[in-house]
Amino acid sequence: MSDPKIEGYEFKPGFKGLTQDVGSDQTMFKGVHWGKAMMWIFLLSDTFIFSCFLISYMKGRGSTPVEWPNPSEVFALHVGGVAVPLLLIAIMTFVLITSSGTMALAVKYGYEKNRKLCGWLLLATALGGLTFVGMQAFEWSKLIHEGVRPWGNPFGAPQFGSFFFMITGFHGTHVSIGVIFLSIYAYKTFAGHYDTGKRGWFTTIKGDYVEIEILGLYWHFVDLVWVFIFAFFYLW
Amino acid sequence: MEETKKEQTTTHKIGIYLWIWGLLFVLSFCSYMVDWFQFQGLFRWSLILTFMFLKAGLIMAFFMHLFWERYALVNVLLWPMTAIACFVFLMVAEFKYTLFTRLFYFVVGG
Repeated sequence: MSDPKIEGYEFKPGFKGLTQDVGSDQTMFKGVHWGKAMMWIFLLSDTFIFSCFLISYMKGRGSTPVEWPNPSEVFALHVGGVAVPLLLIAIMTFVLITSSGTMALAVKYGYEKNRKLCGWLLLATALGGLTFVGMQAFEWSKLIHEGVRPWGNPFGAPQFGSFFFMITGFHGTHVSIGVIFLSIYAYKTFAGHYDTGKRGWFTTIKGDYVEIEILGLYWHFVDLVWVFIFAFFYLW
Repeated sequence: MEETKKEQTTTHKIGIYLWIWGLLFVLSFCSYMVDWFQFQGLFRWSLILTFMFLKAGLIMAFFMHLFWERYALVNVLLWPMTAIACFVFLMVAEFKYTLFTRLFYFVVGG
């Protein structure tokens, strides 16, 4: 997706391109927008943060001799008197994937200079994120009501609560920040800042649709982290 | 001519996004079914991991465009993951040891 054009420089694909990029005594990621490279570096550091959370959860859960609460029962919802396992979590997963899809399409239509569609897709993505955070708030209040605390819970090993609130809370914070930025970018898209090259609030860089892709990287990352949380915390 | 080349590299057909989107839905549904049917043991864990890595790979490769990205960038991003894998292996050894000492001293006494 990078713009492969630098004056007087021939791009080579694959490993040859890799060695050439690294060994050319110039910028390293050739043709990659600096903002995008920086977002990737940030996401890499964020990957390490979430990995540390999940690894500490693994160690906590693995080293306790007390029975771990069964997530399938703890996160069950009662629909018409019947307990459906993990129902809310499944819906949250589908909502987040839906918003990831609309984000990917927003990036595509942004690059195609389809301003209105790009803006609506960004709004839809923000709405999906908001729905997700809302359901997470519901889930938190339900568990707190049932007596789950960071230092103990009625279902089993006391470490469960601290890992749950830490990991999902940190992820929910990421989603909330994403929703705020999605709203700002949706406004900027509708206002045409990326078509006219209007400069941003905190920067003198001219507006460009590449910013939508950079925001998209962040949003997909939030979805990516949820894939791992869903697998390790809710399913395992 | 350079302009048309630029256009080609910055957008992709909508079909590929819809396909990946659909696949992600199917894989999520499959991983939910793992819990629904209450598979247990090694079978459950291998299914969870398979669906997880497939989903993560699809999101990174196509939604985050890593499949079309410069090789230098892809390598900088993916090689550090081996450090995380090492950390996981270290901590698996650690939690097994902690569990062993806890069980040992709870049973035998200090």
